[in-house]
Amino acid sequence: MTVKIPYYPGCTLKSTAKNFEDTARLVAGIFDYELDDLYRWNCCGAVYGLSEDNVMHKVAPVRNLLRVKEVGEKRVLTLCSMCFNTLKRANYYVRKNKDKLEVINAIMYLENTTYDGSVEVIHLLELLRDEIGFSRIKKAVKKPLEGITVAAYYGCLLLRPGEIAIDNMEQPTVMEDLMEALGAKVVDLNVKTECCGAYQTVARKDIVADRTNLIVEEAHKMGADVLITSCPLCHFNLDRRQKDAKERHPDFKPMPILYFTQLMALAFGFSEDKLGFDPHYVDPRPLLKERGLL
Amino acid sequence: MGVLKLTPEKFKEVDLINRISGQNVYDCYQCGRCTSGCPSADEMEIVPSQTMRFLQIGAVDKVVESNTPWVCLACLICSVRCPKGIDIAAIMEALRLVKLRRNYDFIHPNRIPEEDLEELPPIALVAAFRKMTP
Repeated sequence: MTVKIPYYPGCTLKSTAKNFEDTARLVAGIFDYELDDLYRWNCCGAVYGLSEDNVMHKVAPVRNLLRVKEVGEKRVLTLCSMCFNTLKRANYYVRKNKDKLEVINAIMYLENTTYDGSVEVIHLLELLRDEIGFSRIKKAVKKPLEGITVAAYYGCLLLRPGEIAIDNMEQPTVMEDLMEALGAKVVDLNVKTECCGAYQTVARKDIVADRTNLIVEEAHKMGADVLITSCPLCHFNLDRRQKDAKERHPDFKPMPILYFTQLMALAFGFSEDKLGFDPHYVDPRPLLKERGLL
Repeated sequence: MGVLKLTPEKFKEVDLINRISGQNVYDCYQCGRCTSGCPSADEMEIVPSQTMRFLQIGAVDKVVESNTPWVCLACLICSVRCPKGIDIAAIMEALRLVKLRRNYDFIHPNRIPEEDLEELPPIALVAAFRKMTP
């Protein structure tokens, strides 16, 4: 029987990272989960407000959690690392600070209900690891990813701060374990938890181009063919900013950057047209064809 | 480099940074772990551990007027590794906010090239505007 799971998409999963959402739906469907778009969701704010004297930046994420409660659900699934971080941190904050929760509820006085901290925020990687389990994932593989070496890049927002981390903060392994279940060879990328440059991609492309150069270069040194990520901003920075990295560092060698769900969908036997490779700046298809996976 | 003139007013500014960030800059004992892990330290005029020291001695203007808070990535490596549990990223946010709350725009939509606006993912724009505009 199909389990409907409330899903918070966020702005980017409906635009530049549509391929992430589409492949995540395919992957979830294999295990009888259906991602059910949250009713009347709004932008989470993308970054968690770090100031202690202003709760306004926490209203947007909390309002989404209130929506989950409103439809009688206990948990909400996210794909985007930034949404995950913002929603889960805001949730943690209002659970810890009941006085601030009261202020936020007072700001949301037009809503039909109040929020109480009861919703759990989970990431797709947690669902795959803790509820579905890697042994079930292994059994569902139709086309093992033999022949490619994958480096997992976590970035910041799935892991920091510690109270919201989905895995060990300094030595996460969930994506490596997942890729091994799909039959791929994995390398332990030394810079897997180092920031990609994040929102500096707007005003300081040079910073992000240098970060991309460093991260991709380390992945090459370790023998990786592709990098995987779960964050649409990391994806944009590591993929599209390879152009800027090449301009600044003539020795730069490109590398395809994939969402982990794209490789899962590939391993589960979905055809090329379902995998959403068209928007990629560095096209992964030549490599996957060369290795006999497409 | 001029001479730092420290007055009681300077320390009121430090209190403001403490209040906005919810942190206590005097907790820092200068171990340097924040700077050693910071992916943006190379870009900073004043690295994170120096920022903490300048704040302790009341030189708030010096760090507020440096490029440091504006090249911070808010990646939280400094915060999670600080042995004193100081959320240094929150202090960087406070340093941005003292300017932003005076209606300062570090970035402006009109100054972003149109081709960038077309290709940047929404989260990049939302995040940048949240961190760098009032």
